[in-house]
Amino acid sequence: MEPAEILSNPGGVIGVGWLMIALPLLGAAVLLLGGRRTNKFGHYFGVLMVLASFVVAVLAFVQILGFAPGERRRGVSLYEFIPGVADMGLLIDPLSISFALLITGVGALIHIYSIGYMSHDLDRRRFFGYLNLFVAAMLLLVLADNYVALFVGWEGVGLASYLLIGFWQFKPTAATAAKKAFVVNRVGDFGLLIAIFIIFTSFGSVAFGEVFAKAGGASEGTLTAIGLLLLLGACGKSAQLPLQSWLLDAMEGPTPVSALIHAATMVTAGVYLVVRSGAAFFPGDGTASLVVTIVGVATLLAGAIIGTAKDDIKKALAGSTMSQIGYMMLAAGLGPVGYAFAIAHLITHGFFKANLFLGAGSVMHGMNDQVDMRKYGGLRTFMPITFYTFVIGYLAIIGFPLLSGYFTKDGIIETAMEHNAILGWLAVVGAGITGFYMSRVVFMTFFGERRWDEGVKPHESPAVMTWPLILLAIGSAGLGAFLIMGNRFMIFLGPAVGRPDELPAFHAFAPVGLATLALVAVGAGYAWLKYGRQQVPVLAPRGSFLTTFARRDLYGDALNEALFMRPGQWLTRLAVWFDNRGVDGLVNGLAATIGGSSGRLRRIQTGYVRSYALSIFVGAAILAGAWFVVGTL
Amino acid sequence: MNAPTIEYLQLAPLLTVFGAAILGVLVEAFAPRYLRRAMHIPITLLSLAGAFALVIVQTVKGVPTKPSAMGAVAVDGPTLFIWGTILVLAFVSLLLLNDEDHFVPAAAAVPGSAEEERALIEGNVHTEVYPLALFAIGGMLLFPASNDLLIMFVALEVMSLPLYLLCGLARRRRLLSQESAMKYFLLGAFSSAFFLYGTALLYGFAGSVDLAKIGTALGTVGGQDALLYTGAALLGVGLLFKIGAAPFQSWKPDVYQGAPTPVTALMASGTLVAAFGALLRVFWIALGNLDWDWSGIMWGVAILTMVAGAILAITQTDIKRMLAYSSIAHAGFLLVGVVAITADPKQNALALSAILFYLAVYGITTIGAFAIVTMVRDAGGEAWHLSRWAGLGKRSPKLAGLFAFFLLAFAGIPLTSGFFGKYAVFQAAVSGGALPLVVVGVVSSAIAAFFYVRVIVLMFFSDPAPDGPSVVLPSWGTASVVGFAALATVVLGVFPQPVLDLAQSAAGSLFVH
Repeated sequence: MEPAEILSNPGGVIGVGWLMIALPLLGAAVLLLGGRRTNKFGHYFGVLMVLASFVVAVLAFVQILGFAPGERRRGVSLYEFIPGVADMGLLIDPLSISFALLITGVGALIHIYSIGYMSHDLDRRRFFGYLNLFVAAMLLLVLADNYVALFVGWEGVGLASYLLIGFWQFKPTAATAAKKAFVVNRVGDFGLLIAIFIIFTSFGSVAFGEVFAKAGGASEGTLTAIGLLLLLGACGKSAQLPLQSWLLDAMEGPTPVSALIHAATMVTAGVYLVVRSGAAFFPGDGTASLVVTIVGVATLLAGAIIGTAKDDIKKALAGSTMSQIGYMMLAAGLGPVGYAFAIAHLITHGFFKANLFLGAGSVMHGMNDQVDMRKYGGLRTFMPITFYTFVIGYLAIIGFPLLSGYFTKDGIIETAMEHNAILGWLAVVGAGITGFYMSRVVFMTFFGERRWDEGVKPHESPAVMTWPLILLAIGSAGLGAFLIMGNRFMIFLGPAVGRPDELPAFHAFAPVGLATLALVAVGAGYAWLKYGRQQVPVLAPRGSFLTTFARRDLYGDALNEALFMRPGQWLTRLAVWFDNRGVDGLVNGLAATIGGSSGRLRRIQTGYVRSYALSIFVGAAILAGAWFVVGTL
Repeated sequence: MNAPTIEYLQLAPLLTVFGAAILGVLVEAFAPRYLRRAMHIPITLLSLAGAFALVIVQTVKGVPTKPSAMGAVAVDGPTLFIWGTILVLAFVSLLLLNDEDHFVPAAAAVPGSAEEERALIEGNVHTEVYPLALFAIGGMLLFPASNDLLIMFVALEVMSLPLYLLCGLARRRRLLSQESAMKYFLLGAFSSAFFLYGTALLYGFAGSVDLAKIGTALGTVGGQDALLYTGAALLGVGLLFKIGAAPFQSWKPDVYQGAPTPVTALMASGTLVAAFGALLRVFWIALGNLDWDWSGIMWGVAILTMVAGAILAITQTDIKRMLAYSSIAHAGFLLVGVVAITADPKQNALALSAILFYLAVYGITTIGAFAIVTMVRDAGGEAWHLSRWAGLGKRSPKLAGLFAFFLLAFAGIPLTSGFFGKYAVFQAAVSGGALPLVVVGVVSSAIAAFFYVRVIVLMFFSDPAPDGPSVVLPSWGTASVVGFAALATVVLGVFPQPVLDLAQSAAGSLFVH
């Protein structure tokens, strides 16, 4: 089934869908421009704006459900943005509304949680201003009906993430991490930008509807080029290989930021971009799609391996984010069947990853901001709500039967298996490793003996932090079954991204699924042996070269340093040398010419009225003479 | 002989402003000194607001399709848009002008004399600035709406004479101010003579001063080319002088520098809008059929203006002179839009709407920038020398940030209104076949960006001087001017559609004649 046509604005809530973006934007404006006056109520105002945006999203979603499936894609044009190039408009369809619900829903929970988490921070208001800005930019990204508006949101997300990761800018590591995220994202952004340029020159438009309609007529080479460049953009935002290196460092931000960036929003932007452009540029076969699947599989394995060796609870979770986004990328490269699984996994992941991150934050909150899991242990009795919700999130992510991750991840693995056995088996292996490293996190944190620092008195977090955890845990538990059973989500998403004519049947315990479960069980069991039963040393043991390999993020930074930074520095030096010798002569010459002519011309401005009058007179004479000559010719 | 008919409602905005100006003169004549200011402020602001409301009423009621007042004044779509723009700009400039310490206590006294000292001690103020400004604004309204050359000349003088006076009234740097007034007066008179002589020659050619009749005469009268070309060229000189196009730009920096800054703001925004309106009307209606002849010349003027404005601005060390040269460069960019006018009505509407939009957004940003100039002060008044602005970003980040923002808007950086202004004009020029001109325009913009960014670098990346200027706490008037200008620059940079639409619908009805 092909994607449905984009119909006109039906009015109602969809007609004012821009409110979804405008409300958090207003929140950001009030909080950031209002200054200290808004310190008192700022955080509540920020939460309120996101909640209001969530309400609009829900109402729009209800309105969409009221239409026949073929009529669920609605374009809402707002105003002319860049005349002749792009209008500012929204595309509200099953895909974008799913994202809007996830972003505002999970976003609102994270906002609420932050009230408690940031309660001691003097700059809480500014933090909420940035959070609101982030949500607004992300919503613009997913709701835009053209690539240029999407790019505005894309850059907005980049800016907001920079501000949030570096929120504690007094820590040099945070400042560096923010810079790193920004720079690495720029690389991807250039890819997206060039893709948009090619799209505009090839199709004469950047609006999704028009571009997708015309894409069929373009040559194979153009489509592949656009696809690969879009993928480069997606890799930057979604922390896929080879642009993954910023994600782990980005944990320097406050934990709610990690939850927001790494669960519900930023990293999902790349998956969104690929799926949104899927019908035209990633149809499931062809080079671009193949590269997407390879990138996805490579990242899911790399992320999982990194996750096994991290002692910092947030970094272990960050590795798992990379890995899970890899699954989504893999699915997005598999064509229409994959799109639905990719987005379904994205949504359930949004819940359980937010659940895990906020759980980790809750643990840190009770442990004086300690992040080293080797200094945790035996916490389950001290923070029961955190423990139980964390466990639900953990079971969901490893794909424990009947919890969310089981349905969505299994769908991806089975689809991949049908597509290409190598991809499929690698994805199964990835699931096994997930079982290991996630169990390791749980055992090191909540089980075993206490390895706390002196003076640490773990305690449960306040209700404003635990309630979001409980709500997220409910989503982590049940959402997958709801979306996947009866292909509910695939049918819903069909009009937006297309779907196979034959819906895949869901096998409760297919051979592949069983194999996956077995591997996960092995992984979890090994983790129990190593970290549950045995004593966990407070100091990290040296470990084998493999451990070091994983601890060093698979030498990603070293690779970047060797491949790009060093040659880059050499290149810079060379360029500086060349610049000094060659270019400067030209440029300085040019500048000197301009400056010099400015200096010379300045002398005409003598300050004497008589010379001004003379210049006017001469000018008039030349003008009249020229006119006379031109006219009588 | 029929009695002349006057469409009072259509002319109501004009009449309101002129009426208020005369009322202001009466206040000066009869009201006691201590009451005058309190009476002038409401009269001035209310009349401008009222005139603006009348413009809106007229727009809503429907744009007239033929000239009013026996064919003397044309109240059409573009006129209404220009009126609205001028009235908003004038209102904002007057809020700035309202501040007490911009004007001299005794204009007639010799600078530095005992007489001046005494006036200062007595706390005298020249409340005449209000009626003077209103007369100038009235002239600005009439200038672009005049449908025949004589009315246009009268409007030109009504607009200019009060401005000459206002330029000489600066409270500080008296000599510079008087010099600027004198220069402006002499050169203005000189250019008016060109205008008038051109009018006379065109009358000799066409037998009428009515713009439309001159336009028709182009096709019917033969053998009078010398009269026509010389007349048209001289008329053009008069108009190009007012917008400050090269080689008639030399007055601009001197006058902008010497005049009291609120008056500079009024001139840089309102006068420019009015003069462009008049220029468009003359070249469109009277000389429209000649476009093949004048467009080549206009190319030359546009290129010269852009390049001269951008290049000369680089070596300026005075903030007001730099803004003056920037204004010259912007006049050049606007002329690129004028060149885009061709025989095709659709293309004309595109070019016209682009120019109207550009004028509106540039005017607002300019007033904002000059408003900030009034706030940065040394012991001897405003600190104009660029070196005094060094490190301002560290002292008062908000002010410097806003100024930087206005400069970026001048440079045409996206997400500011300046970007869409330039974009619209250049786009119109490209579709009008003036690609080389656009290339020159973009290169000049790049050169211009250099000196805008240089000021930003100066403000934010150099250390403040120990005895640097102080930033005065703005009055509510100045603060609201800056706020309004910043808001308009942001909003129109993100959401230009409403004003673009307005400009398009105004341009869609073209000029009536």
